[in-house]
Amino acid sequence: MSKVLILAEHNGSQINQSTAKVLTAAKQLNADAIDVVLFAADSGLASQVAALNGVNEVKFVQCADNHDQLAASIAPTVAELGKDYTHVWGPSTTFGKDVMPRVAALLGVNQVSDIMEVIDANTFKRPIYAGNAIITVKTDTAQIVATVRTASYAAEKAMDGSATINESNLENAASHTTYVSLSSGNSDRPDLQTASKVISGGRGVGSEENFKIVYDLADKIGAATGASRAAVDAGYVPNDMQVGQTGKIIAPDLYMCFGISGAIQHLTGIKDAGTIVAINKDADAPIFEVADVGLVGDLFKIIPEMMEKL
Amino acid sequence: MKILVAIKRVVDYNVRVQVKPDGSGVATDGVKMSINPFDEIAIEEALRIKEQGKADEVVVVTIGSNDSQQQLRTAMAMGADRAILVESDQAVQPLQAAQVLLKVIEQEQPGLVITGKQAIDDDNNQTPQMLATLWNRPQATFASKVEFTGDNQLQVTREVDAGLETIQVELPAVVSTDLRLNEPRFVKLPDIMKAKRKPLDVKAIGDVLPNAEGVAIEVLQHESPQPRQKGIMVESVDELIDILKDKGLVS
Repeated sequence: MSKVLILAEHNGSQINQSTAKVLTAAKQLNADAIDVVLFAADSGLASQVAALNGVNEVKFVQCADNHDQLAASIAPTVAELGKDYTHVWGPSTTFGKDVMPRVAALLGVNQVSDIMEVIDANTFKRPIYAGNAIITVKTDTAQIVATVRTASYAAEKAMDGSATINESNLENAASHTTYVSLSSGNSDRPDLQTASKVISGGRGVGSEENFKIVYDLADKIGAATGASRAAVDAGYVPNDMQVGQTGKIIAPDLYMCFGISGAIQHLTGIKDAGTIVAINKDADAPIFEVADVGLVGDLFKIIPEMMEKL
Repeated sequence: MKILVAIKRVVDYNVRVQVKPDGSGVATDGVKMSINPFDEIAIEEALRIKEQGKADEVVVVTIGSNDSQQQLRTAMAMGADRAILVESDQAVQPLQAAQVLLKVIEQEQPGLVITGKQAIDDDNNQTPQMLATLWNRPQATFASKVEFTGDNQLQVTREVDAGLETIQVELPAVVSTDLRLNEPRFVKLPDIMKAKRKPLDVKAIGDVLPNAEGVAIEVLQHESPQPRQKGIMVESVDELIDILKDKGLVS
């Protein structure tokens, strides 16, 4: 008899798709009830969650001064509410990774990080060693606190739900932590984590200026843009474009990468992609071992040719 | 102020680990071991803070087998002043690690704890957050920039999915490091010799934490990931575009 509490994520105006993905994973528990807790300033977000198919109740906790983004402020409430549930789950995004271990510590349990498969209500699969090994883990604590690897699940799309919404105000906001600002490197392009197509570039692109042709191609086919760690470290692109073990783990239908050699830490971020296309001038680059379609050549010739022919 | 840096001995990040044929674990015999790369960044950050005159001692701690002394010596060769090994022959899960570290904190009274955001073996990304919670202190996870702003205040820039978030935390606090916080220094030979004379305190985990709370998650089986099907190589852009069109991925 499972009862699931999901921690919702949002950007202030939109519910993040990670919430709908955790919902998909939670449905595999055959739970009696799935409720969602949402911390936000804007109550309009609660109705977005309430419309998700399969949600029974939305616990909307109103927050001021951006405390909804601060783990230390919201974790005590999640843990307190969580005592009435068998499963307390969040997304394994930077938001979920920040908050959920605090919830687990408050409930006195270890967390199951990055669930990629639900075997039964107590048994799960998760990746370790940057995805080079998969472990099956079992836990029967009163609450199972977990993060869900969002690339492993499709977002629940049906918006025919009519969950009840219960409102409250945040108590115990942390006084020792203050939110200052968010600077987003983001553009008008599709969101990297949810886009169906992603074009990305690596060290081989060579400079911030050169990245323009990668962006041009992305815009031409309506793709989001990503990058390898090497390209981010070199300062060619902002950190939010990084794909890989410690960056974003994505599962687009099409992943096309230019000048990326394919370190294992990068490959772990793309292995759930539908079709991987690799373009690299080094025929021995490890990226070709995982690519569905590979083309050896100079990206500065290939991209313009693709621009012309697409 | 004293800075405590928690590190972990892990399989080196360049090693491609293999699952043992019987599924009981990954093969680690004879494999190169190193300081977890994120923890190395944590050591470097602590040393830089000390070099700026904002801390007077850097203490490095690990929980692990006796072999972990190698990694503690490396940390001291980088510049840490002394080290503590909490010895355990069993693997320790995050909640227990956080409880052990809390005991070390109670003993050492650091003004700041820095550690890697995750260890690259278990990829759990839990211990820093759990430690901050049990300690009842703020956390600044995934840090890419750490600045002291006035008395007892730290301004930390965090790498988040949406970009760079900045928060302000009151010390003492736990900071977990992300990749771009700094580039760790290389260890020089004379420093390796010097590190051999620095104090390294070994304690049994049962003495540090006689009564651990919480139960470990049971690991039933290890398996190799499903390999992707072998792809094809094309010779021209035309061929590539034809394939993408066939699959309906571009129009």
